[in-house]
Amino acid sequence: MATQQELSETRQDSGVGIVQTRLATLFAPPNWLKLAGGGELGPIQVAYETYGALTPAKDNAIFICHALTGDAHAAGYYEDDDEKAKPGWWDDLIGPGRTLDTDKYYVICANVLGGCQGTTGPGSINPETNQSYRLGFPFITVGDIVEVHSALTKHLGIDQLLAVIGGSLGGMQVLEWATRFPDQLRGAICLASAAQLSAQGIAFNAVGRRAIKTDPEFKDGEYEVGAGPRYGLALARMIAHITYLSDQSIEMKFGRRLQDHDTFTYEMLPEVEFQVESYLHYQGKRFVERFDANSYLYLTRAMDYFDLLSQHGSLVNALGKTDARFLIASYDSDWLFTTTQSKEIVRALIECGKHVSFIELKSPFGHDSFLIEIEQLNKMITPFLEQAYSTCLAENKPAS
Amino acid sequence: MRAQHRYCMQDPSLEMTDRLLLEQIQPGSRVLDLGCGDGRLLARLREERGASVLGMEIDITQHHAAIARGVPVIQADLDEGLPDIPDGAFDYVVLSQTLQQVLHPKQLLEEMVRVAKKALVVVPNFGNWRIRLQVLKQGRAPVTEVLPYEWYNTPNLHLMSMHDFQDLMRLLGIEILQEIPIINHRAIEKAWLANLRAQHVLYVLQRPESPGKLQSSEHVSAGHSTPIPR
Repeated sequence: MATQQELSETRQDSGVGIVQTRLATLFAPPNWLKLAGGGELGPIQVAYETYGALTPAKDNAIFICHALTGDAHAAGYYEDDDEKAKPGWWDDLIGPGRTLDTDKYYVICANVLGGCQGTTGPGSINPETNQSYRLGFPFITVGDIVEVHSALTKHLGIDQLLAVIGGSLGGMQVLEWATRFPDQLRGAICLASAAQLSAQGIAFNAVGRRAIKTDPEFKDGEYEVGAGPRYGLALARMIAHITYLSDQSIEMKFGRRLQDHDTFTYEMLPEVEFQVESYLHYQGKRFVERFDANSYLYLTRAMDYFDLLSQHGSLVNALGKTDARFLIASYDSDWLFTTTQSKEIVRALIECGKHVSFIELKSPFGHDSFLIEIEQLNKMITPFLEQAYSTCLAENKPAS
Repeated sequence: MRAQHRYCMQDPSLEMTDRLLLEQIQPGSRVLDLGCGDGRLLARLREERGASVLGMEIDITQHHAAIARGVPVIQADLDEGLPDIPDGAFDYVVLSQTLQQVLHPKQLLEEMVRVAKKALVVVPNFGNWRIRLQVLKQGRAPVTEVLPYEWYNTPNLHLMSMHDFQDLMRLLGIEILQEIPIINHRAIEKAWLANLRAQHVLYVLQRPESPGKLQSSEHVSAGHSTPIPR
């Protein structure tokens, strides 16, 4: 067993080392956030982390948008993490000499509005009632999420980001950012995402929400802290988790292997016969420990509603205003966010003459690939960022 | 491995071909390069011609190299056509030393004149005398500086002479605006016995007024700025 000192030394050496989540309070009344679904919200607390240092010119900031159930903890460890704790969710991508090189770039990641990991969401206390919002929380959209994150970057003194990067729901935020604040980003990296959620995606979200709402412990969202629709939420996660994998990755990882026996038990009630069942149950159980059911309802709805095409008439209208350079990537085994959907974005960007690169990456890991295939991301994102940054430096150099 | 080199062969005439292509392109144009490799030509077009550029490349290593030059690049297989490129999105589309390697050259040429006002195509000329002589003398598939492969490992699937290419353009109703034979690494605009002497040819093509309409051979030759030697 590693001593506390050894442990903290390895953690200091790897990636960004020990990090802290910070809080910012934005949209303090009367400067409420005006929400897309009507109504106003404020004050809004935002949980965020930063890695690396901002240059005096404030030109090296990269904003990471997390996916559906992610959080602000993208890299490093917390001081009080126990031995088994994993680092931030994109740790392999972030740090000195890594793809998002913290010796060069200032990396920001924040929990989304409506989330449950430090940023104001349905589980937060409504200052007007001193009670949790629960389902009294206003409806939010991807646009509202990006409004808050954009305000956070301004709060940090940054007018323009070198890049905004994200996968899945994070990729939707990247596209929204380019549409809503076209001058605020120089680069947009959109991984395994789409300009609108597919009907299939909406369908899976609907099943997840139904699982939560039909759990007797859901109590119309009025469940107490620490209680709640545990089984429904776990079931929602199990379903969603299947959509993040691929046929091939499930086959590779589990095949038809049995969990506890060498032969079938021919018993109906035990739920774990195959290894894949055990895995899904485990995923569901772990998820319930860290996620709020009401947040899940709000965020999946925000995802369902996201539709740049219908909102702006066309993707060209939506994305035509920015001069940001785009890097779009899909994965060949991703059936939740397909290559066809990425190509739709690419086609629109070509049509309006934007700087766009696209690649379909090969990976067996399905939709989850963007969290796993770090080396592939490194090979394309590193030169992309270097180019974006050197162009930025060249443009901002005072005329001699 | 064949796929590794497929759309960006090493070529002794590379520098000269690039220069020829550069000269054809009006400053400030929007240019698509099919099989752009590491984006070498596009980077020059952007810097020297102020062009707005896009590359297409199948090989992932070349793709990364293009990104490293700051050249936007779409990963795509030219054998699948250009489904992601909207009609008329470009002023020029370039296909250098690649047409002979694609599965469906006829369809690709049609796609090219769909997506751009003008198409610049560089192809090896199978009518060259060295090739003819080799076939005639040795009765074997030719191996030359321009076509340095054995029959079993060549990436070149469709070989054509200048006459063959002209015939196809006539069939497709695509107008040949210019035909520039490349002889011993030099572009010679009005070459004598071009189909016998040229190792490569640069064609400047333009889509017909009404797409798909077949035009008579008289019509094709009537519109030329430079006459086509036959």
